[in-house]
Amino acid sequence: MAELGATTAVRASTEPPAINLLMVNLVGFGTIVRKEVNRVLRIWVQTIVPPAITMTLYFIIFGSLIGRRIGIMDGVPYTMFIAPGLIMMAVITNSFGNVVSSFFSGKLQHHLEEMLVSPLSVATIIAGFVVGGIVRGLAVAALVTVVAMFFTELRVEHPLITLSVVVLTAMAFSLAGLLNAIFAKNFDQISIIPTFVLTPLTYLGGVFFSISLLSPAWQAVAKINPILYMVNAFRYGMLGASDISIGVAYAIIIAAVVVLYVAVYQLLSRGTGIRS
Amino acid sequence: MLGPNGAGKTTAIGIITSLVNKTSGRIRVLGLDVDTQPEAARSCIGVVPQEVNVNVFEKNENILINQAGYYGVPRAEARRRAEKYLKALHLWDRRHDIARNLSGGMKRRLMIARALVHEPRLLILDEPTAGVDIEIRRSMWDLMRELNGAGMTIILTTHYLEEAESLCRNIAIIDEGRIIENDSMVRVVSKLQREVFVLTLAQALDRAPTLNGYDCKLRNEHEIEVEVTKEHSLNDLFAELSANGLHVTSMRTRANRLEELFMRLVESKSAGGVD
Repeated sequence: MAELGATTAVRASTEPPAINLLMVNLVGFGTIVRKEVNRVLRIWVQTIVPPAITMTLYFIIFGSLIGRRIGIMDGVPYTMFIAPGLIMMAVITNSFGNVVSSFFSGKLQHHLEEMLVSPLSVATIIAGFVVGGIVRGLAVAALVTVVAMFFTELRVEHPLITLSVVVLTAMAFSLAGLLNAIFAKNFDQISIIPTFVLTPLTYLGGVFFSISLLSPAWQAVAKINPILYMVNAFRYGMLGASDISIGVAYAIIIAAVVVLYVAVYQLLSRGTGIRS
Repeated sequence: MLGPNGAGKTTAIGIITSLVNKTSGRIRVLGLDVDTQPEAARSCIGVVPQEVNVNVFEKNENILINQAGYYGVPRAEARRRAEKYLKALHLWDRRHDIARNLSGGMKRRLMIARALVHEPRLLILDEPTAGVDIEIRRSMWDLMRELNGAGMTIILTTHYLEEAESLCRNIAIIDEGRIIENDSMVRVVSKLQREVFVLTLAQALDRAPTLNGYDCKLRNEHEIEVEVTKEHSLNDLFAELSANGLHVTSMRTRANRLEELFMRLVESKSAGGVD
């Protein structure tokens, strides 16, 4: 083997090392984010292209073909009505999917251990993965927005609300993806939640319809679904129209973020799903 | 650390490196308690696990740069160290390859480079030379000696007793989760009360010769096994062989001395006590 030189000799001290935890965690956070973003870009055919194709199909079928016959919903053309919902749907599925697949593959191949044996805090590891999920969610959202502009006129009535809702939603579903990956022991278990929970809740969360179309009883049921609040808050930010109160929507989205973060933090601190 | 399969060597390493939750006891790494000062303790450790645990779809250079980043090494310095350790482990020309394209021995060297990239003070190697060819194994031994000479403490688990005897200053033998021997290599080996030598003879024999004071077995017509206790010197043995008209052309130990001791310790423990 080649000579390693004198660098290691410097380490021969018997004193415990001085460690700047803030610096370690800042550099570590940047490293995880960079790694996650590189992963999204490296496999862009799997991460970026499919949602763009799916959403284009939604716009063609539900927007241009069926939408013309539906006409106006909540005071805007139907294609314009579904655009914010479809953008939000892409954000939800992609931020969730990014974190669940990245964290789970780290568990499966055991390379997650690279972080677990390091001095990084649990909060830094969570933040790194969540930011990776947000970046993918926002990248896909931007692409779907561009696609939507080919089919309908888009406007942003409240930019701050639009941006904060999309970021908070991506954050919530990145945390949810992390929660799923912590418990998952095989590939089936990372597809169960998206298939049987996320997709139905998203479809019933006001992406394609206004809940004013539902009977009062079904409206009450629909309001249990947190995705309804996310979609409607985002639609309010873009179009200025919403089925629900924007204040209630923010409270629910922030509560979801806090509850999911606390749950993920507790589980990872205990080593659930990651330590023997 | 020596011990049979399932003795608890890897579990012990898992507990030291925080990958396994311990059920009881206390761990200190260079004086740092892993429960009360986990970050400081972990920053001192570099670990090479037994199983390959690299992201096989990641480029080799990035694996090292990222690992340095997890320990707070800024990116420019992380790149410099990645180059240094990839070169040291003879992987520099494969830096742009993904880990999946490396052979088993190369992956193991990549994991050693990864464990060194934050320049830890304690390096833990769980069977680092398993599955690597002799040439690479020897060069890895040289690397370990160099790192140790530079002040790095190394904990090694191995099945190669020759490796342990050649590299280690201290030895712990583990069996069923308990340390049954923990001492300096010199003292451990000196506890061996008897050694068995295999002698090749010039003449052919049809039965084991009778040597006064030695147990002797015939292995084949030109080889005998002689057990020599601490009370006898090899000079005594050769005098006895000469007295019996036996001419020895070569001589070797039946097993590595450590292996001999290891087997006796494990066997005597299962028989009810350690002698």
